[in-house]
Amino acid sequence: MNFKLQKIVPQLITVLAVVLVFGFFSYNAQVNMENRGIDFGYGFLSQESSFDVQFSLIEYDGSHSYFRAYLVGLLNTILVSVIGIIIATILGIIIGVARLSPNYLINKFAAFYVEFFRNIPLLLQIFFWYFAALRALPLPQDANAIFGVFFLTIKGLYVPAFVWENFNVFFYSIVAVIIAIVVIRIHARKVQETQGKQLPVLWISIGLIFILPLLSFLIGGVNLSFEIPKLKQLAATSYRYEGGLNLPPELIALTLSLALYTATFIAECVRAGIQGVGKGQKEAAASIGLNPNQVLKLVVMPQALRIIIPPTTNQYLNLTKNSSLAAAIAYPDLVLVFAGTALMQTGKAIEIVSITMLTYLSLSISISILMNWYNKKIAIKEK
Amino acid sequence: MSKINFLRPDKENLNTFLYLGSLLFFIGVLDVFLNSFFNVNITGFLPKLLSFVVPLVIGFIGLHFIRIEHSGYKFLDSLNKNINTNGFNAVLSLLIIFVIIKATPPILSWFFVDASFAGDSKDVCSGTGACWTYIKVWFNRFMYGMYPNAEQWRINLSFISLALLGSVGYFATEKFKKYLTLYYVVIYPFIAFLFIFFFISGGPVFFDFSYGIIAAVISIILGFFIPSRFKFYYFLIVPLTIYIVLKYFVFYEELIELGKLDGLNWVETGAWGGLSLTFIISFFCLIFCFPIGMAFALGRRSELPLIRYISVGFIEFWRGVPLITVLFMSAVMFPMFLPEDFFIDKLVRAIIAISLFEAAYVAEVIRGGLQALPRGQYEAAKSLGMGYWKMHIFVILPQALKLVIPGIANTFLALVKDTPLIFVVGLLEIVGMLNLAKTNPEWLGFAMEGYVFAAIIFWIICYAMSKYSYNLEQKYKTER
Repeated sequence: MNFKLQKIVPQLITVLAVVLVFGFFSYNAQVNMENRGIDFGYGFLSQESSFDVQFSLIEYDGSHSYFRAYLVGLLNTILVSVIGIIIATILGIIIGVARLSPNYLINKFAAFYVEFFRNIPLLLQIFFWYFAALRALPLPQDANAIFGVFFLTIKGLYVPAFVWENFNVFFYSIVAVIIAIVVIRIHARKVQETQGKQLPVLWISIGLIFILPLLSFLIGGVNLSFEIPKLKQLAATSYRYEGGLNLPPELIALTLSLALYTATFIAECVRAGIQGVGKGQKEAAASIGLNPNQVLKLVVMPQALRIIIPPTTNQYLNLTKNSSLAAAIAYPDLVLVFAGTALMQTGKAIEIVSITMLTYLSLSISISILMNWYNKKIAIKEK
Repeated sequence: MSKINFLRPDKENLNTFLYLGSLLFFIGVLDVFLNSFFNVNITGFLPKLLSFVVPLVIGFIGLHFIRIEHSGYKFLDSLNKNINTNGFNAVLSLLIIFVIIKATPPILSWFFVDASFAGDSKDVCSGTGACWTYIKVWFNRFMYGMYPNAEQWRINLSFISLALLGSVGYFATEKFKKYLTLYYVVIYPFIAFLFIFFFISGGPVFFDFSYGIIAAVISIILGFFIPSRFKFYYFLIVPLTIYIVLKYFVFYEELIELGKLDGLNWVETGAWGGLSLTFIISFFCLIFCFPIGMAFALGRRSELPLIRYISVGFIEFWRGVPLITVLFMSAVMFPMFLPEDFFIDKLVRAIIAISLFEAAYVAEVIRGGLQALPRGQYEAAKSLGMGYWKMHIFVILPQALKLVIPGIANTFLALVKDTPLIFVVGLLEIVGMLNLAKTNPEWLGFAMEGYVFAAIIFWIICYAMSKYSYNLEQKYKTER
C-alpha cells in the first residue's frame, strides 16, 4: 500500500502542477484578450494579407491570403535549408576527410577551418557576410561577368535561367533512370549472393545517368536554352539586370554562412565516423583478399555511415532551425513573413507564434521519427 | 655516377635530385612570394594563364625530385612523410603554401600596416586598411551598451569581484575542498545575483525575490528538524507558504524604500548591453539550465509514466523549435499569459526563455550519460539500501556527469553563441550594439571592422571554453 502511494503521489503532484500552470496561463490569456478586445481564432488565415514579400517561389502579392503568405515563408525556409544542406554536406565531407589526411598542411588547414568557423556565433557570421562582405560587391553596371553569364553584384547574383521545352519528357527520363538503377542494384545483389559475381553497378549507373537524359534530348524533343541576364538602364544612374534568375544577397549571405558554419560540425561527424571504424576491420578485410576499393565500399563505409548519419541528421535539423536567423537580415523566411509581418498586421500573437512553432516542431519530429526508423534498420544485428 | 632516370628519383643520385628538387621548389615559392609581397612578376613574359600555373608546375617537379624514401636525412624524410607522400598530396601542399603566401600581405596590410589607430574622429580613417579608431571611439558602447558612462565602474567592480570570488577554487586548501561544490552550485550564483541585481541595476534590497530567498533560507533551516520521511512534502509546501505570508502580511512598501542604497541610481535593463550583457546572460542561463536539464533528464529516465511523458514532451518541444521563435514567444506571447498588473522585465524573460531552451539540450546530454552507465551501478546502489535520491546523488550522477563533460561544454558553447539572438526582444549585446553603431550617420561604412572585432572576442571566449572543457575531460577521465 505504502509502496503504491509512493509511486502515485509524485505523479499526481507533477500533473497537478502542470495543469495549474497551464490553467493559470490560459485563464490570464482569456482575460487579457477580452480586455483588449481580441478574439481567438484562425479565421484570419483566409483574409487578404495586403503586404508584399520581396522574394517568393510561388506567385504572391498583397491580394493573396495570410495562408498563402505562410506558404511563401515556409517555401523560402525550405529553399535556404536545402541549398545550405547540400553545400554543407559537400564541404563537410571534404573537410572531414582532410582532417584525417596524413598531409600535415592539409590536416592543419582543415583543423583551422573547423576551429575558426565553429567558434564564431552564426548570427555574427550572417551579419558579416550580409553587411560587410556582400556590401563590398560592385554595382550592377560595374559588375564583371563570371564565365560571361554570371553577374555578382550588390543586388545579388544573377544567373542564367533554364528555358525548357518538353520538360516532362526529361523528367520522365530521370525517373526511369532512378528506377533502372534501383532494379539493377537489387539484381546485382542477388547475383552476388547466388553466384558470388560482382556486377559493375557503379559504371552501369553512371552510364544510365548520362545516356537516358541524352536520349530524351535527341529523340524526345526536349530542348534546353538559357536566358542570360542583360544589363538594362532604367535611369541615368540606375541600372538593373533583366532576364535570368536573381538570387538576392540575403539568400546568398544566409546560405553561405549556414553552410560554412554547419560544415564544421558535419566535418567532425565524418571524422568521428571514419575514425570509429577499427583498424582491425580494414586489416581483416584486406586479409580475405578484398582490394582497397572493396574494403572502402563493403567494409569501412557501411560501418562509418552508421556512426556518421545520426549526428549529421541532427546537424541538418539544426541548420533548418538556424535558418530562422534570416529574420535578422530580412530574408523573407517563415519567421520574418509570418511571425514578423503577419503578426504585426493582425496582432494574433498566440495563433501565429503557435503555428510557427508547430511548423518547426512537426518538421523536426518527423525527421527524428525517420531517423529512429533508419537507426533501427542499420543497427548491428547481434546474434 | 649511375644513370639518372628523372621519372623515378632514387637514392643513388640523391644529391643531384636533392639540389635540383630544392632549387625548383624554391623557385616556385619565390615566384609566388615576390608576386604577392613586392608585386614583381618574374614570369610576366608568359601568357596570363600559363604564368599563373608555372610556379605550381615547377614546385611540383621539385617536390617530385625530392620524394626519395629512406634518404638518410631526417629532415627530408619527415618532410616527405608529412607533405609529400604522392603527387596529389604534393599539389595540395603547394596550393596551401601558395594560398598562405598570397593571403598574408593583404591581411597584414588591412589589419596593421594601412590601418589607423590614432585619433578620435572618422577623418583619420582615409586609408585602405581597417579603422580601429572606430572601435576605440565606440569601445565603451560595445562593452557596456547604453549604461551611463559615469556608472560603468559598477559593472567593472562587479565583474572583477565575481571573477575573484570565482577563482576561490584554485586557492582552496584541502580542508575546504569538500565545500567547493556547495559553494559553486549555491553560494556563488547567489552572490552573483546579488551583485548584478543590487549593484549593476541598483535595485532595492527588499523585493519579491528577496522574500523568496528569505523563505527559502527559513525553510531550509527548519528542514533540518523534519524527519526525512516527510521532507519531500515539506519542501513542496512550506517554502511557498512562508513566501506568501511574508509577501502579503508583512509590511512591504516600507521595506522597499528602506532597502534602497544611497548613491546607486536605478539603471533599467533596457540600457544594459554590449559584452557585459553577453556575460550576464550567459552566466545566468548557464546556472539555470543545468539543474532544470538535470531534473528533466532524471524525469525522462523515471519509472513513473506520467513524469516520463511530461519530461519527454518538454524536451522534445524545446528541441524542436528554433531559439528565435522561443524569444519571439517570450516577447509577444508570454505577456498575454500573465495577469495584467504583473510585469516581468524583458531581460528576465529572455533569460528564462534561453534557460528553458538550453535545458532541453542539457537534459538530452545528461540522459546520454545516464544511459551509458552499466546497470550494475544502479543495482549495487540499491542493494546497499539507497533510496532514489541517495542513489542518484552519490552514485549515479557523479559518474554520469563525468562522462558527459564534452557534451555539456558543447551545449554551453552553443549557449554563449546564441546570446546575440536577444536582439529579438530588443536587448542589444555586443553584436546588437555593432549593428546600432553601424547605422550612426557619423560612422557609416565600418561594418567590417566591427564584425571582425566581435568575431575575435567571441572566438577567444569560445576557443578558451572548448580547450578548458578538453582539459576537464582529460582530468576526470577514469579508467573503466
